[in-house]
Amino acid sequence: MSAPRTLFEKVWDAHLVCAQTSDTPAVLFIDLHLIHEVTSPQAFDELRARGLGVRHPERTLATLDHSTPTLPGDADGERPYATPAAKAQVEQLQANCGEFGVHLHGWDSSERGIVHVIGPELGATLPGSTIVCGDSHTSTHGAFGALAFGIGTTEVGHVLASQCLLQSKPKTMAIEVDGALPAGVSAKDLILHIIGQIGIAGGTGHVIEYRGAAIRALSMEERMTVCNMSIEAGARAGMIAPDEVTFDWLTGRPRVPRGAAWDGAVVHWRTLASDPGARFDQTVHIDAGKVRPTVTWGTHPGMAIALDAPVPAARDAVEQRALDYMQAHSGRAMLGTRVDVVFVGSCTNGRLSDLREVAAILHGRRVASHVRMLVVPGSESVRRAAEAEGLHHTILAAGAQWRLPGCSMCIAMNGDIAAKGELVVSTSNRNFEGRQGQGARTVLASPAVAAASAIAGHLADPRQYLNEAAA
Amino acid sequence: MNAVTRIHSRSAVLVDENIDTDRIIPARFLTTTTRSGLGRHCFSDWRYLPDGSDNPAFALNQPTARGCSILVAGRNFGCGSSREHAPWALLDYGIEAVLSCEIADIFRSNALKNGLLAIVLSEAEHRWLLDHPGIELAIDLRTQTISLPDGGRIAFEIDAFARQCLLEGVDQLGYLLARSAQVDAYLQRRAAAASAGVAA
Repeated sequence: MSAPRTLFEKVWDAHLVCAQTSDTPAVLFIDLHLIHEVTSPQAFDELRARGLGVRHPERTLATLDHSTPTLPGDADGERPYATPAAKAQVEQLQANCGEFGVHLHGWDSSERGIVHVIGPELGATLPGSTIVCGDSHTSTHGAFGALAFGIGTTEVGHVLASQCLLQSKPKTMAIEVDGALPAGVSAKDLILHIIGQIGIAGGTGHVIEYRGAAIRALSMEERMTVCNMSIEAGARAGMIAPDEVTFDWLTGRPRVPRGAAWDGAVVHWRTLASDPGARFDQTVHIDAGKVRPTVTWGTHPGMAIALDAPVPAARDAVEQRALDYMQAHSGRAMLGTRVDVVFVGSCTNGRLSDLREVAAILHGRRVASHVRMLVVPGSESVRRAAEAEGLHHTILAAGAQWRLPGCSMCIAMNGDIAAKGELVVSTSNRNFEGRQGQGARTVLASPAVAAASAIAGHLADPRQYLNEAAA
Repeated sequence: MNAVTRIHSRSAVLVDENIDTDRIIPARFLTTTTRSGLGRHCFSDWRYLPDGSDNPAFALNQPTARGCSILVAGRNFGCGSSREHAPWALLDYGIEAVLSCEIADIFRSNALKNGLLAIVLSEAEHRWLLDHPGIELAIDLRTQTISLPDGGRIAFEIDAFARQCLLEGVDQLGYLLARSAQVDAYLQRRAAAASAGVAA
């Protein structure tokens, strides 16, 4: 009888090409490599310089998302890139994929979208697999029980050339989320609450496994939102054991195994959950029942607080700088803070369920006249599905903008930016200084809080609108 | 990659905790397709005033910090994104080593692969260095020590494999490529297990 293992350890062990020694890291096989235009060009250059090819193009999935405009092209098909450099970067990935035989979900693809949205949609993200990408939010895919983490461009080159990575085994952290989330409280509120509790370096050196009744009760989309922000707690990755919710969501997707192979895969996937008695290096308990709609007040995701709770007093110079930058006031709640821009989208909250939630609140209402609201679907598939349901009509009728898929204002490198001093309520994942434009102030929030705030013109509790809608 | 053995410099200090990669290099500079020339954008929104002139309040713009190649930074340096542009920008700016009591995982991994020493120290040692900016430090990667002006030494731990690659000036891809046969064997094991009905 072998020792009980965690979900992470099972996936790690199954991908060891060479075990770790005291002098050398493990050689880990990578099942799926996601690439995009920002962090890959220098890696392809390295391959060219060494005369190397891509070892497994069929395990490499490329798309355009970060530098891509979200407004349509003109009559000549010329797209409104933010800069010539952004256009050149996109064209570089197109050329690299052509040269190295990698399939690109590019402008002409009905499957293009944010890399962490399309991997799951295509069924390329599978339980028990290893997934990497030159993007820290690769942790999203851990929602399926995959070991998925962000890497740098040098490592992108390593994986392109060898399909392997050199890795030292991380530690493990269990986050047990007991109880149930109250009505009107979302997965985004939960993960902001968790990061607020453990801090933005709380997970450094660790792979988190989210466990417990409240996690089991989450939909697949909600699980992706939670795992997506694992990196905001400093963790290498976040994982959730696959279960019926996972298998149902994956069923029939384009790249999943078919027939007997699917049945066999599900049998295997059921064995991935952490064994009873498996040991974690750290365990944290979170009471889901205590989570309320949560937003950030400062300049990193750990500076999170319930929407109606008073902003804390600065304990040090860092927090004072954050308060000053955000023009936030200690002792006063974020609720009611005037809003200039609302952004709905990103790999954190740009999926169909998020857009449904937003449309439900916007339905029959108007975005406040001083607020600019962008709604950016996470992928072409999300866009099609949303439009098939008529969500775009609701969004446009409310006075918000309905854009083409991409990372957009989450990283603000495609021209979708906020002006200096503007306050953005954003469903994305980072509220660092200048993240959404030089001097722009970001408040991270759930899609529901974002939609409610757009209507109210100030940070608002979505539950009042949800209750009205239900009444 | 050039070999790294010793770094000798006065220390420059950024006391702020949680200096994220957006602060090291803002995303609008990531549309580049090369890794060179990013030093002028390093700490851009912190280092320059809106008119493009140097911000005199930024610690690295102080005359005593100019030309320093050892940066002592507050806890949790390099948190945030996986952009390797962050170590590229620091190196091009002239920083060759970053010392802190906590350094974010991806940043640290990226830094070491580019010859930027990312060294984690104890809180007490880190505190002392934060409180003594501008002192002469000599980092010796071979002996894993930092020499202080008074003759004192701080020992540090660093990933053994990364250290060896830095000392020899070799990158890690060659090591991986030399394991091609093991990768083939691994894939064969997996295929055999799958066909036997046991997924690997």
